[in-house]
Amino acid sequence: MAGDDISAFAQLQMTHIGKPLPRPNAERLSRGAARYTPDIDLPGLLHVAFLRSPYAHARIISIDGSSALACEGVIAVLTGADLATIARPFEAKLDHLPKLKAAKQYPMAVDVARHQGEAVAAIVAATRALAEDALDALRVEWEELPAVTDPVRALEADAPLIHAQMPDNLAFIAEIKQGDHAAVEAATQLSVQRDFTFARHTGVPLEPRAIIATFDAIEDRLTVYQSTQTPFQTQAALSAMYGMRESDIRVVAPDVGGSFGVKLHTYADEMALCGIALLLKRPVKFVSDRLESFVSDIHARGQSVTARMDLTADGTLLAMNVDALSGIGPWSVYPRTSVLEGSQVLTMSGCPYQLRAYEGRLRLAFQNKAPMGAYRAVGHPIAMALGELLIESAARQVKMDPVAIRRRNLVPDDSYPFRTLTGLRFEALSHHRCLDRLVELMDYERLRREQKELRQKGVYRGIGLAAVVELTNPGPALYSVGNVRVSAQDGCQIRLEPDGRVTCAISITDQGQGSFAAIGQVIADVAGLNQADIRIIMGDTAHVPYGGGTYGSRGAGVGGEAALRAAAAFRQNMLSIAGALLQTGPDELEMREGAVMSKGSGQRQLDLRAIADVAYFKPDQLPKDLQPLLSSSGHFTQLTDTFVFTNGFQASHLELDIETGFVRLLEHWAVEDCGRIINPLLVGEQMRGGIAQGIGGALLEECVYDESGQLVNGSLVDYLTPSSAIMPDIRIAHIETPTKTSILGAKGAGEAGTAGAPAAVLNAINDAMAPFGAEIFQMPATPERILRAMGRLG
Amino acid sequence: MTHARVSMTLNGVRIEGSAEPRMHLADFLRLRGDLPSIRVSCEYGVCGCCSLMVDGLVVRGCLLLAVQADGRDVRTLEGMAEQTQDLRAAFVEHNALQCGYCTPAMLLTAHELITVAPDADRDAIRDGLSGNYCRCTGYHAIVDAVEATAQARRTHKGDDHDGR
Repeated sequence: MAGDDISAFAQLQMTHIGKPLPRPNAERLSRGAARYTPDIDLPGLLHVAFLRSPYAHARIISIDGSSALACEGVIAVLTGADLATIARPFEAKLDHLPKLKAAKQYPMAVDVARHQGEAVAAIVAATRALAEDALDALRVEWEELPAVTDPVRALEADAPLIHAQMPDNLAFIAEIKQGDHAAVEAATQLSVQRDFTFARHTGVPLEPRAIIATFDAIEDRLTVYQSTQTPFQTQAALSAMYGMRESDIRVVAPDVGGSFGVKLHTYADEMALCGIALLLKRPVKFVSDRLESFVSDIHARGQSVTARMDLTADGTLLAMNVDALSGIGPWSVYPRTSVLEGSQVLTMSGCPYQLRAYEGRLRLAFQNKAPMGAYRAVGHPIAMALGELLIESAARQVKMDPVAIRRRNLVPDDSYPFRTLTGLRFEALSHHRCLDRLVELMDYERLRREQKELRQKGVYRGIGLAAVVELTNPGPALYSVGNVRVSAQDGCQIRLEPDGRVTCAISITDQGQGSFAAIGQVIADVAGLNQADIRIIMGDTAHVPYGGGTYGSRGAGVGGEAALRAAAAFRQNMLSIAGALLQTGPDELEMREGAVMSKGSGQRQLDLRAIADVAYFKPDQLPKDLQPLLSSSGHFTQLTDTFVFTNGFQASHLELDIETGFVRLLEHWAVEDCGRIINPLLVGEQMRGGIAQGIGGALLEECVYDESGQLVNGSLVDYLTPSSAIMPDIRIAHIETPTKTSILGAKGAGEAGTAGAPAAVLNAINDAMAPFGAEIFQMPATPERILRAMGRLG
Repeated sequence: MTHARVSMTLNGVRIEGSAEPRMHLADFLRLRGDLPSIRVSCEYGVCGCCSLMVDGLVVRGCLLLAVQADGRDVRTLEGMAEQTQDLRAAFVEHNALQCGYCTPAMLLTAHELITVAPDADRDAIRDGLSGNYCRCTGYHAIVDAVEATAQARRTHKGDDHDGR
């Protein structure tokens, strides 16, 4: 197969790609045999506990560490000022969004703490328990400053400033106005406008954030073990902050116990931990406990939006208008910024539909709450909810079936490539096919009949749908154009081992998605190997080629393509050696199951062990002019489009107790088109896990702050996440529209579940409440809020 | 801080150690370094990640002090490998684990559940596992794996009876 030959790939005999093969590393994990960052111990390892600001906004007058230093086991007490002596300040900026304001930040607060939970001092001790004990002895004199928590208040002219050097607290503003607004105004017969509220919530990976740093004075190298999705991003950040060369920093991501975006960001306290290792020249470790996770992990969503759809009386959609406001905390999160959650709402709302006009405004405000960052499906759950809740609301008003109104307005499957009014290019989506498949999968007509019958008996069930578009396989437009040192490229190297097995090193990472499995399946088919003979290395900057890592649903699509290209080259190289040994042209040979076969006869000629034996130990058997290539590389950056979009449809079926406001989820369905499926088991589980997190946001999860900026439910006792008891069965079906932006044709699937589930669930609640003329546009839709929406509570 | 002597039977082997009275059992076992299946997450008794077995019952390792386990029989997944072999295979087959962090505790809880209630249906399995959080899977595949194992064990047991 030539490097860029899609048709040759399509003719490959696929025995791995597309098959529901079990993940090779799942067996190990099922024995509990894992090594997460908290499990790693090093000789002489010291432990760090951070003193975190108890106030949302306060000036640090003084820090007296003398008593703490005298405590048992304490080695050092360090403040923000101590670290500022060696750390360059950092700020999260995107060059292509010059309106995005950024403020300089240090690893720990120096003068002013700007959110509850911001680290201001660190105790280094022999054990974590002793470090925590000494926190009580640390004397900090604070001057509490007025906290600004509400983004509306933050943007008022007389609001206290979060950053004194800025004229106001407006972090970012963007506006879009496209299409023929005059024509839309003339044609509009119905406008549906609603105020939406999306609470802040957070990712809650079960393994909390964790990092170890150790400076090797002999090699003059810093080694960092970190629970992260993006080891090379940490390397770049450390280089920028501490003035070391990137290649002198090794970052290792061992097993990672979930991330979902939480471990995508460069956290100030983790940079502080590395600074402490550089200052003390001793290995140090920080493992966040659950209470500090809630106040120091990134939060997400947290938007108030007024949105409107304009339609004709027959349910034809004309225009959409969105005005979104969000508080992003005191900083844009380094280095990716905090703008995407909002900007993707601005560009993606209503995007499954044909629109004649679009108008949108986004405002982001600085405030004294935990910083907001990229959590699974960034912006999508909000964008999809706006369009999907409004279209079902409109359907109720014009008395159309929710399926029928969508069929009327969805972009037709034969009109691609399609460009939205907001400038997104969709290569090839399949909304209508997915909707048809969904209707069949869930037996929609039967559910409607059943719903009608049950209503007569006072049982209120709801059916809610949601169209989903997901941004995947990002090219350089996501970060590179903004001059952020986050790579859109991924690389893969494959080498022949002396025993005939192969080792693959690749720059994407695995937090449970099954990256190891997917990459192994691609290589096995393209190189013609047994998957069991491929050992895959990820998550170690010293051992894998440079690359972006796993974010933005790009692991399978971008990393998989790099693997495909490396595997194609590897196969060519092996066939060249085999051809020389067999005195036949490489074109006469093929690789299958780790052996070289004659194309014509299908006869097995040689296996990789024999090739390795000759190449490494008996090279005199090869022609003198052949210096064989025993390792191969493949690299890929998705350059055809800004992003590669996927689509799908979801539906939720639930029962509402109109007396208590409790929702019982009965079943959930999803039809997903993520292009070429490498392993349906993995895609299905990405969908289901994503849907669970979307349901969490729809019904349960909320970071509740009081007016002074104190998080009042910051523990897993008080912050609710979905348990097995509330989750319904989730049925998955697939439509496959491979992308032509790569040979492999795979798009991402990591975020679509989370993107669509909240809209489907809220639509189902609104459908259940329809007999009462009630609707809710607030997430999470708690029982209390549902009862209020129904007018059954004060 | 004073330490207390603690002795217990750990995965069938008598061990002795010392622990601060405030140290919970999960940390005591985790810090030994040879039991990678022991994890902590919320340390509040909510998420279930640290679940292990004491005197045959699955308990929260973060809600029991190490000194309270003195003289007890303590088992972790490492010591339950044989008993959970079929369940682990089902988890792999159904891809009922992703990051793996919750998995050891989930397996012990599921094993106890279908041992006590071999006829548990999907709803009963969902209720029985509701004290063990998984953030990755959405639970469907876990319920599939546990249901399939319970069914296989019932069939197997039935075969045994028929054979006698």
